Amino acid sequence: MPTVHNLPVPFAIKLVKDESLKVKTFILDGKLEAIPGQFVMVWLPGVDEKPFSLVNDSPVVITVARVGPFTSQLHEKKPGDTLWLRGPYGKGFSIEGNKLLLVGGGYGVAPLLFLARRARAQGCSVDAVIGARCAEELIFVEDFRALGCQVHLATEDGSLGFRGKAPELVEKLIPELRPDSICGCGPEGMLEALSEIAVFWKLPAQFSYESYIRCGFGVCGSCERKGWLVCRDGPVRSLSQSL
Amino acid sequence: MVNLGVDLCGYRLKNPLVLASGVLGTGPELLARVAEAGAGAVTTKSCSLAPRRGHPNPTVLEWGHGLINAVGLANPGAEAMARIIAEAKKLLAPLKTPIIASIFGSTIEEFARTAHIISSASPDFIEVNISCPNVEEEFGRPFAADPEAAAKVTRAVKAVTSIPVIVKLSPNVTDIAEVACAVEEAGADAICAINTVAGMLIDVYAGRPILANRTGGLSGPAIKPIALRCVYEITQNVKIPVIGTGGVTTGKDALEMIMAGATAVGVGSAVYYRGLQAFNLIQEELADLMQKLGYRSIEEVRGIAHRS
Repeated sequence: MPTVHNLPVPFAIKLVKDESLKVKTFILDGKLEAIPGQFVMVWLPGVDEKPFSLVNDSPVVITVARVGPFTSQLHEKKPGDTLWLRGPYGKGFSIEGNKLLLVGGGYGVAPLLFLARRARAQGCSVDAVIGARCAEELIFVEDFRALGCQVHLATEDGSLGFRGKAPELVEKLIPELRPDSICGCGPEGMLEALSEIAVFWKLPAQFSYESYIRCGFGVCGSCERKGWLVCRDGPVRSLSQSL
Repeated sequence: MVNLGVDLCGYRLKNPLVLASGVLGTGPELLARVAEAGAGAVTTKSCSLAPRRGHPNPTVLEWGHGLINAVGLANPGAEAMARIIAEAKKLLAPLKTPIIASIFGSTIEEFARTAHIISSASPDFIEVNISCPNVEEEFGRPFAADPEAAAKVTRAVKAVTSIPVIVKLSPNVTDIAEVACAVEEAGADAICAINTVAGMLIDVYAGRPILANRTGGLSGPAIKPIALRCVYEITQNVKIPVIGTGGVTTGKDALEMIMAGATAVGVGSAVYYRGLQAFNLIQEELADLMQKLGYRSIEEVRGIAHRS
């Protein structure tokens, strides 16, 4: 059992990095023991508490897109400020095979960077498909390259790399890459399209899903999706579990 | 061989373990999953006439000796819950697991209207939650804090439905037996005791309560002695069956609850400690322990703590 904190624990912010106009990375002063794909609940006292995938566990790193009031307040935080975390929670990705294809859409790429780091450390070869609406919204491109991953870019407006959505690029790449398995994180539609591709090519696949999370540890039922709990049975589910 | 079956208002439960309201009871498939995991009956999350978003996070925490929550009765509203119950009933039918629909309201009329809508989905029981401790600001003191108000709600619900009514009581009162007697007299078919115990956690680094609602309800191991005392005091004073709920995590806890006088035993926070297997594990432990102690049925052991 990894270190589990079910009450929020304060972590000082060490460094804040701008990833794109809307996305910031927070490097915290502290460690956790986590599996890529697991999430933490981040509490801002007086504001709210929300789940974020870990981008790294030692030190703890989270990457946050500004999408609403909570994330806007989080974006105001500076080095030296405090974030309260509990977790890590949920089931993460398992590394299946030696040749992985990681597919991230938008800020869904965050847990995949963590996974790529672990997979590379294990000697796996990793191809990463990173998709976004436009070039300015692509994140972690250099981080994946620095890990020795082959990076393939897709933008919906065609401003960089393949013009179109990530799954369309995946469809083109699979015949030549022939990966052992696929791991994906991103918008629902992207995961659906990837599921179809994985079924067609008979590839094992795992996807990370989102839902409204309250407890994080499988009691309140807020995050239920057709009988399974995103927080305790997920957020990462294998394709065979989802079908 | 130990027989774990119990009779609750004419329904035979294959075992006394009842999924407590507020834990996992959000959708039909999840209710079915709990039934498959071995629950003798399942309770839906409490619903109100109109949908409610509940309180902002943090809403549920674990603090070392139990859980604390102030979800704030988030629910999709009675109409949507009626559809969930109807769907769940289909899934539960092959398992023969009864479903308890939990309802609440801010006025007596709202309780009655909600009960009426929910009855259309034909749940096996209606649980009337008059005891949630997390919504005082909106709802005022829970109806369970006053025997007369508790009786009025019970009568109003009984008037609109023929489905057996279970009234869920609060431990946050001076004399829970008095409230129990009042709802029994008002026609309640059963009692569920207890709801969570009002409490609070403070983060010393932030210098403020952790729950967004500031206060919440305690559940889990820490409240078992409180629940046992309440069930004991209630069953000393009423004849209707009691679903003893609060801190039951093991078979031994369940047996204590039955010895205190409970007919059935609520299981909630145990799902945090032991996962969904909690239902099967508690049953096995209960049967083993009863066997060791020489009991063959729940009836044989129920309330024996009163005789000493």
